[in-house]
Amino acid sequence: MSNAVMLGMPQLPPVSPRGVGNIRAQEPFPAAARRALADSQLRLNLGKATRTIRQKRAEVVAEVPGWEELREAGRQLKTHTMANLIEYLTQLEDQVIARGGTVHWARDAAEANAIVTDLIRATGSDEVVKVKSMATQEIGLNEALETAGIAAYETDLAELIVQLGHDRPSHILVPAIHRNRAEIREIFLREMADADPAMTDEPAVLAAAARTHLRRKFLSAKVAVSGANFAVAETGTLAVVESEGNGRMCLTLPDTLITVMGIEKLVPRWSDLEVFLQLLPRSSTGERMNPYTSMWTGVTPGDGPQDFHLVLLDNGRTAVLADEQGRDALNCIRCSACLNVCPVYERAGGHAYGSVYPGPIGAVLSPQLTGVEDNASLPYASSLCGACYDACPVKIDIPSMLVHLRAEHVEESRAEHKVPSAEAVIMAAAAWTMGDDRRWSNAIRAARLGRAITGKRGAIGPLPLPVLSSWTSARDIPEPPKRTFRDWWRRSHEGGRS
Amino acid sequence: MKIALFITCLADAMFPEAGMATVRLLERLGHEVEFPREQTCCGQMHVNTGYQREALPLVERYARTFEPYDVVVAPSGSCVGSVRHQHEMVARRFGSADLVVQTEHAAAKTYELSELLVDVLGVEDVGAYFPHRVTYHPTCHSLRMLRVGDKPLRLLRHVQGMDLVELPEADQCCGFGGTFAIKNADTSTAMLADKMRNVLDTRAEYCTAGDSSCLMHIGGGLTRLRTGVETVHLAQILAATADEPMEPATNRAKGTSGTRPRGVGTAGGIG
Repeated sequence: MSNAVMLGMPQLPPVSPRGVGNIRAQEPFPAAARRALADSQLRLNLGKATRTIRQKRAEVVAEVPGWEELREAGRQLKTHTMANLIEYLTQLEDQVIARGGTVHWARDAAEANAIVTDLIRATGSDEVVKVKSMATQEIGLNEALETAGIAAYETDLAELIVQLGHDRPSHILVPAIHRNRAEIREIFLREMADADPAMTDEPAVLAAAARTHLRRKFLSAKVAVSGANFAVAETGTLAVVESEGNGRMCLTLPDTLITVMGIEKLVPRWSDLEVFLQLLPRSSTGERMNPYTSMWTGVTPGDGPQDFHLVLLDNGRTAVLADEQGRDALNCIRCSACLNVCPVYERAGGHAYGSVYPGPIGAVLSPQLTGVEDNASLPYASSLCGACYDACPVKIDIPSMLVHLRAEHVEESRAEHKVPSAEAVIMAAAAWTMGDDRRWSNAIRAARLGRAITGKRGAIGPLPLPVLSSWTSARDIPEPPKRTFRDWWRRSHEGGRS
Repeated sequence: MKIALFITCLADAMFPEAGMATVRLLERLGHEVEFPREQTCCGQMHVNTGYQREALPLVERYARTFEPYDVVVAPSGSCVGSVRHQHEMVARRFGSADLVVQTEHAAAKTYELSELLVDVLGVEDVGAYFPHRVTYHPTCHSLRMLRVGDKPLRLLRHVQGMDLVELPEADQCCGFGGTFAIKNADTSTAMLADKMRNVLDTRAEYCTAGDSSCLMHIGGGLTRLRTGVETVHLAQILAATADEPMEPATNRAKGTSGTRPRGVGTAGGIG
């Protein structure tokens, strides 16, 4: 009797496919950042906006007794959910179906786009109103719908500004953070057929213009597309948290509602929302509570959309889940506190990250969703200052994850390239020198001697330290000292001569 | 108390005055300092750039070198942060089970200077005298990795003759970040510009910190712009007394306050 065993290689889950969606940087971060840094208007807008939100967040977080316990609760709930994701997803599916909804599973961006397109076509409609959603930005749904001849109207004010400006979002929560009100007025005048030429750039006036523009869409649209902030497994309830009320309009007025949600957005129980609905608004907008929290469970006859579809999106998330040191990135609740406190984000802006997920969380999430080689510069787009970790409401250790992804990148490069990069050579040489104290002592003494011999400008001794010309473009390097520490020690404490 | 000094590679090669000051200070306080010569580098540069494999021998060397000591001090929040938070990670991924245990032991007894003084030695007034206007930059790793809190400030507040001025937006990163300063030089420089603006706003003569690396970055910008503001390691201020003031302009041949050090910063450029 043969006892044949299939010895197949265990396969890792697929990453998000190329050619679809908006999470792959088209150019390395340093190049994109260089351009952004030269934009004085952008620098001013971002500096002002992040500073304001940062301040507001700090104030409302400080007033919560037990904020740290709340963060820990959020972290544990998310970690538990991810460890039992299959059970909770199945439970969610059962509950949504039981309450009259339909559940679709999308392996990746292309599948999700196709599902949503087919669902809209089936209604006979050629336009949809949209609730602000990161998942649909991630998969490039608007572009896919446009190709299919379906017009998608963003109804969140900032998303509308981005859409009308033929622009890309640059922030998770405030996608038009890079625009100021004068620029927004220009966009409205140029792109809104019904805009009043006498419109000023007062925020209230601009909001009123958007409101008038959008109201017609709310009243005429038959189909809405949304994302979800949370889904409750035990009840099948979905939740959208927002400030403007446009989401509430989209979620209640149309006949058909299609919700695209990443599979990580789950919480097990209804009562778990207690934790997240406290953490989220304070971390994101710096408000004690957000103005609108919409929740819906399947279909309620005679009330709201009568046809509800939930599209559960993987698109690389299972691959993230498979990485023990990276999986916490799935705990993210998209509050963007890490963006607002990040000194790199504040200066380079969101577009420099080349993904709809910018900032510190984007620098760990995007490379994991696409595979690190397709976003290889992002894990390095951080000074590892740690401000993001402190601000994160679910305590994602982003700095450690960045360090982990850098190692992943180096190990993959090592495996793929026969000829090591210049950096790898320098790192290996430094490690070799530092691998023996006599070699090290000689090297730094040589650097000191090098100073005496070639102490003229433009030269530096062979220091086994990462000293390259990009340092000296803006910063001096002090001359090596007359004497290294260990030589001083030998003379002062061991009676030796150096 | 017998205290082993981990000088750090950067201070050994480039900023020995920080190490000399640490030794002078601890000896003045009545402690015995030892410098095990086998030490080289904590490996942080390798780990933070992705070269954990290359860091492994350095992690092993650190654990081995300091194994005989009960207390180790380093004049760097960043390197202590690496010993405390990264060595075990490297050991787990590339090293042996024994090394994991050794790294845990090494982490538990390695202290940043202000931690050693305040937490272990229980001293805040070290008898220092430094008659200058000074501002303190809390480096990211001492602040957010080690959580040294206000320990350095508590030490500085006791320094006689010193005018300690608060640095605006002190908790913001200076933009160093190791190889970040090279790989993302433009963003790093933008961060540095804001840090320098805040330093200049204090009208301080000296900017101090617990990390030579961040000081090298801030100081590199301050001298490039001929601001006349100098950077000085926390240990140098704490080691200074009326009888033994800080050696002027460290032990370098050139480069005094207000003048441009004979540096190497103008590669192929105008001087």
